[in-house]
Amino acid sequence: MLVSLGQANVVGQWREVPDRGGGRYTPSGTSAAFPASFAIPTVVGMAIITVDNLHKTYGTRVAVDDVSFSVDEGEIFGIVGRNGAGKTTTVECVAGLRAPTSGTVHVDADLKEQVGVQLQDCSMPDKIRVGEALALYASFYSRPADWRGLLSEVGLDPRTAFAKLSGGQRQRLSIALALVGNPRIAILDELTTGLDPQARRDTWELIARMRDRGVTVLLVSHFMEEVERLCDRVAVISDGRVLALDTPAGLVSQVSGGQRLVFRTSASVEPLRSLPEVTGVAVDGDEVVVTGTADVLTAVVNVLPASQMSGLRMDRTTLDDAFLALTGRPAA
Amino acid sequence: MTAIIRTPGLGRLAAVESRLFLREPLAVFFAIGLPAALLLILGSAIPGFRDASPELGGLRPVDAQLPGMMVLLSVATLALSTLPTALVVYRERGVLRRMSTTPVQPVVLLAVQLAINAVVAVVATTLTLVSGHLVLDMPFPRALLGFTVVVVLGAVAMFALGLFLAAVAPNSRIVQGVGAGTLFPLLFFAGMWLPRDLMPEALRRVSDFTPTGAFGQGLVGTLGGHTPSALHLAVMAGWAVVAVIAATRTFRWQ
Repeated sequence: MLVSLGQANVVGQWREVPDRGGGRYTPSGTSAAFPASFAIPTVVGMAIITVDNLHKTYGTRVAVDDVSFSVDEGEIFGIVGRNGAGKTTTVECVAGLRAPTSGTVHVDADLKEQVGVQLQDCSMPDKIRVGEALALYASFYSRPADWRGLLSEVGLDPRTAFAKLSGGQRQRLSIALALVGNPRIAILDELTTGLDPQARRDTWELIARMRDRGVTVLLVSHFMEEVERLCDRVAVISDGRVLALDTPAGLVSQVSGGQRLVFRTSASVEPLRSLPEVTGVAVDGDEVVVTGTADVLTAVVNVLPASQMSGLRMDRTTLDDAFLALTGRPAA
Repeated sequence: MTAIIRTPGLGRLAAVESRLFLREPLAVFFAIGLPAALLLILGSAIPGFRDASPELGGLRPVDAQLPGMMVLLSVATLALSTLPTALVVYRERGVLRRMSTTPVQPVVLLAVQLAINAVVAVVATTLTLVSGHLVLDMPFPRALLGFTVVVVLGAVAMFALGLFLAAVAPNSRIVQGVGAGTLFPLLFFAGMWLPRDLMPEALRRVSDFTPTGAFGQGLVGTLGGHTPSALHLAVMAGWAVVAVIAATRTFRWQ
């Protein structure tokens, strides 16, 4: 079997934090704080998750073609891509819920005890109360977090029945459930999809706090703003392959000199693609988005007169634009 | 089995699941309240039910026929409706899937659900017998050992069928429909509406080989003081084995 899952070398050590009623994992990256006798493991780098040439098919359909990446301890690692790009299958293989068809997934932690998972479309019985659910899941783990503390952190009343929770509250419960085992790794799949903007921002706050606890986060998303704000590094996945892997800022600079034009036109935009100043042309609804270097505007109007454009605006590129340029289509 | 008993959090899981069961008033009513209530209402309201009948070997219908059918009704409702619906809802909502990411595997939840439904079946049976005894002067099972064997074997067969339903039903709406669609014909074969003694010979032969026919006859017989027939015990055991094998081969966790 090619897959190696489960317990491997433990990279780092647990410390009891009395006021939290549980342990806190201190990553080995802060090795200066450790006694000299602490053995440095012979693992290359500090990768806690390593995925090599992951390939997964369902029958004849290829869900993941060839995906490789590694996640360092303590970082928030994003996986972005459109629906059907293979993001969920990838993280489900990491979580041990699916076996890869080929390739390897190595997770440097106990998958059941030390990996907290929040999956899409996972709910709870209608009549279970929030406090019951968390106390129940806490009892499954050998070193659970203090569930009451977690609940107040996510701002939920333990007496509320699951059926009475709003979408945002359900996601917050989901986060609390993923954290209740005091995990070293949290896998969060499309956590903020379907939430209103305020609930989304509240959720981001919770994810940012996970990093402060030393939890490594693997975050699946198709919101570029979310990824740009939270992630240390991002893998862009399209059609089951990694198109790019970099920091959000690195991705933006990879695809453009930092300028983008947005306009509407009835003329063909194909000639723009061959311009040296242009790094990407994408059609987003009735709008054309052109990314490029500092001189992109001059170059574009030389080919496509301004009289043939309407609603022209120019601004700095975002991760959204980078995604568009990389994949040729918008994310959401 | 020992792995399930040593599961961390098992006690809490059993407590939470029991509370969830009790928070469904309809499930509690159909499984526990309805059979005992029907026994008391029918037994009191229909005068003929309290007269000794030569067709029943000199017993009154409230002595064996009616309570036997009511015990069967409890077990069959729990096994073919309550349990499979609960399991399919858990699968549909991803509860089983979420559990599979924790140190406790979802088979433990299935075992807890089975245990709760089995306990409720025992409570409902006891309630039926005791209330019938107090109100209708119904005797307690005269062949107590045989009665216990029939209840256990019949319950195993019925719950195994319920697990098979949960395994093959694609969603909760279908499992409820199929559960009811299985329950009513099976209750008919057991003699719920047409007592077995009034069935034509051919129908009685078919009834002997259905799980509920064998179970119902075993219950009525042992309540009336007879030893359960080997045929009926064998039919229940056969259904149990076949359904358990079919359920374990087809069960999906997600």
